[in-house]
Amino acid sequence: METVIRTFPVLLVGAGITLGITLISVANGCVLGLIAGLARLSKRRFLSFLATCYVDFFRGTPLLVQILIVYFGIPYLLDALQKYLMAHYGIPRLFSSTDIPRFWAAVLACSLNSGAYIAEIFRAGVQSIERGQMEAARSLGMTHSQAMRYVILPQAFRRIIPPLGNEFIAMLKDTSLLSVIGFEELLRRGQLIVGETFAVFEIYITVAFLYLIMTLSFSRLVDYTERRLKTRDRSY
Amino acid sequence: MIEVIDLCKSFGQLEVLRHVNMRVAEGEVVCIIGPSGSGKSTLLRCLNLLEQPTGGEVIIDGVSLMDKKTNINEVRQKVGMVFQLFNLFPHKTALENITMGPIKVKRMSKQAAEELGRTLLAKVGLSDKADVYPHQLSGGQQQRVAIARALAMQPKVMLFDEPTSALDPEMVGEVLAVMKDLAREGMTMVVVTHEMGFAREVGDRVIFLDEGRIVEEGKPHEIFSQPREERTRAFLSKIL
Ligand SMILES: Nc1ncnc2c1ncn2[C@@H]1O[C@H](COP(=O)(O)OP(=O)(O)O)[C@@H](O)[C@H]1O
Ligand SMILES: [Mg+2]
Repeated sequence: METVIRTFPVLLVGAGITLGITLISVANGCVLGLIAGLARLSKRRFLSFLATCYVDFFRGTPLLVQILIVYFGIPYLLDALQKYLMAHYGIPRLFSSTDIPRFWAAVLACSLNSGAYIAEIFRAGVQSIERGQMEAARSLGMTHSQAMRYVILPQAFRRIIPPLGNEFIAMLKDTSLLSVIGFEELLRRGQLIVGETFAVFEIYITVAFLYLIMTLSFSRLVDYTERRLKTRDRSY
Repeated sequence: MIEVIDLCKSFGQLEVLRHVNMRVAEGEVVCIIGPSGSGKSTLLRCLNLLEQPTGGEVIIDGVSLMDKKTNINEVRQKVGMVFQLFNLFPHKTALENITMGPIKVKRMSKQAAEELGRTLLAKVGLSDKADVYPHQLSGGQQQRVAIARALAMQPKVMLFDEPTSALDPEMVGEVLAVMKDLAREGMTMVVVTHEMGFAREVGDRVIFLDEGRIVEEGKPHEIFSQPREERTRAFLSKIL
């Protein structure tokens, strides 16, 4: 028990890092997701094809594998490319080391992953708005993008708050996978403490408890926001 | 004002409109009647390109809609549309529903648009509902806001697609009254409707559409009292 009390501040900082990386990734994911989601709905075949490839890849492969590709695979590829350019064209090396800092690898992998899920959330949100809304907006002379911006998206945003909240919670838990590349988020810190103290059960249960506090408080927050939007405007 | 020449529209194999020809003069009120599925909505929606015709020509106020160079968004500003299910923007108040078009499309100042919006709300008898959201309004009130929204673009033509058929009977009158006022002011109107009283009283002409063809057209009293075609007679006997 003293072990837990003694090491608790370290775990608490880890929880902060977990929360931070989740916030950053989901925020990036919202931007990526909006772009990819709208691209998937686009009439331009190529654009929608590209977006589909992106979404399918990141939803259809494990986040763990994606993290490993970003952290180990990309530096390896860049290094090989530099060697090739050097050997065949005499182009000097641009980077002395192609290693990606853990933090950036973590942000990149999680953002890309989150963006793919959020793209689907946006797409479903936009598609859930009745066709008549687009038609009414267009019949006033709005362009397609004006109709999207002023009529469809504002309504879609309210509908996607619950699934977006779920995505945040899922991502918060999944950032624990970043421990495999040694990124010191909550789980990794727990593992390191266990390595020193051998307090396997106490530490892991504390780690679990910290995740639980974060996910539960966040889901309460989502419920609350949803209820407030509903009372302000009952039609949603 | 509106000229439709040899208009055809198919959805895949399904031919919905077959060589429709029709003219609507300025200030004229034309009512379109016909059985469900006969293509009334599709015809109306071809007039502002909510549906892309598969053949023929539509000319609105001298501008061909089928011409690739035509800016359809400009044409749509001249053609107001009122939908069966109102299609108000639920996240906006009644006044905001009305001012959105003028502000975003015509770049009118917010103040001028609101002034226009309030005038139109008064016109449809809803001055006190400016700040109310659509879901707080009755069906009849929502449809009147929808008419005001379309009028805010100061269109030359108004299209109505069964504007009263989703309403409870006691609310039909208030919407028809607004439409009558509009007709009296000289608005050019194309109205798909099952309200034969309205067609008789306000319509200059009635068109009977069946299976995507204009079967018969004429003055309301002619069509209703002495239809020439058997199909018109059969249809009228079912609804009158
Ligand atoms: N977007 C569409 N896709 C396929 N078929 C359609 C579509 N819109 C209408 N139709 C078909 O076209 C026919 C005419 O429809 P519509 O114009 O709505 O008739 P009305 O308004 O006279 O009831 C119907 O058979 C309907 O099923
Ligand atoms: Mg119809």
